[in-house]
Amino acid sequence: MGSDEFLFLLAGLKWTVALSAVGFIGGGIAGLAVALARTSEYPLLERVTASYIALFQGTPLLMQLFVVYYGLALIGLKLDAWVAVSIGFTLHASAYLGEIWRGSIEAVPKGQTEAAKALSLNYVSRMKDVILPQAIRISLPATIGFLVQLIKGTSLAAIVGFTELTRAGNIISNQIFAPLLVFGIVGVLYFIMCWPLSLYGARLERQFAAASR
Amino acid sequence: MNYKLDFTPVLDGLPSLLTACLGTFALAIGGMILAIIIGIGGVMLRDSKIAPIRWFIKSFVEVIRNTPFLVQIYFIYFALPLAGLRLDPTPTAIIALGINGGAYAIEIIRGGVQSISRGQIEAGLALGLHKTQVFRLIVLKPALRAIFPSLTSQFVLLTLTTSIASAISAYELTSVAQQIETSSFRSFEVYGVVTVFYLVISWLMMRAFGMISTRYFSYPVK
Repeated sequence: MGSDEFLFLLAGLKWTVALSAVGFIGGGIAGLAVALARTSEYPLLERVTASYIALFQGTPLLMQLFVVYYGLALIGLKLDAWVAVSIGFTLHASAYLGEIWRGSIEAVPKGQTEAAKALSLNYVSRMKDVILPQAIRISLPATIGFLVQLIKGTSLAAIVGFTELTRAGNIISNQIFAPLLVFGIVGVLYFIMCWPLSLYGARLERQFAAASR
Repeated sequence: MNYKLDFTPVLDGLPSLLTACLGTFALAIGGMILAIIIGIGGVMLRDSKIAPIRWFIKSFVEVIRNTPFLVQIYFIYFALPLAGLRLDPTPTAIIALGINGGAYAIEIIRGGVQSISRGQIEAGLALGLHKTQVFRLIVLKPALRAIFPSLTSQFVLLTLTTSIASAISAYELTSVAQQIETSSFRSFEVYGVVTVFYLVISWLMMRAFGMISTRYFSYPVK
């Protein structure tokens, strides 16, 4: 494998990072809305978001990408493959992050909400200044865990036909007939992205566990 | 925007899609069994006295958990023939699923074993229970009970992951869906219906694990 092939892989890597970043940021914003709706104490909102989460957690990511990809084309939106898969990952991430953050919001002791209400803080201030700062802290290990999951998940964009790292690997491997070498290198590149995050997440988890003891 | 939804290709393909669900179940169950075996074996070897074995298990867990399943299945698909194993895509997929699930199972089972405190075992022995009784009633059952929820969600995840086995054209739901899609071009309809199939499959899995849990693990603690 020459340097040209390796540079091609790195170009794919760039798209993997971009997809992960867009999915995580977009999914984070939408996921916050999902989490807030899920804990809103309005039965209808809670039920709708609960089904939304169940839908995404009960189906394969690959199917979600297919349905979003072809569904968007079907309603007449002529989108770039890159935009279509980004929307797919954003929706996927919003459901998972919404569920993680719902758990964290509920894990904040009830007394905090009661105290904020007793101080007559309104909903926005109660969430923004009291509950969410604590919930974010609690959710950090699981959120980082999901980010790793998402980075690995972007490899499925390859099956939809988008040239990110894994598909770049596929193309190179077909060119130079060295699948083990190429997929070995591709695996190493993913590992370099994911492992530090995993270690960081595990460290935070240990710290929090020690702090709450 | 003058596209008319047409489900006839999906309806025509319904028998083959329903049969393909069995393929998905076969991959999932095969993968789970292999994952459990690797999980238990890995937990035992993780505390081995021989350092290289410990390192191997630990790096195995980290490597598998930090790389995508798609890359793993491609790698295994091309590596097995070099190791002298010429297998069809379907057994290859089961091996890949088992290896992937096994790495997660090692971590989960380890957590369960660690949750049993030494004092429990000593108390059991002091009450005159036999060693095998202590293992079965005091170590195994509570440990299983402790890890059952995470094991359940891991296995549901493994079942959903089987769809990626379509990348090496193993026999399961997604690859059959892809065949119908290529011949009919009704992509949205096909994948929409198959998504509902997966929803039902994962719901069934959750129900099954829930029933096992109430049947065996719903005794009161304290």
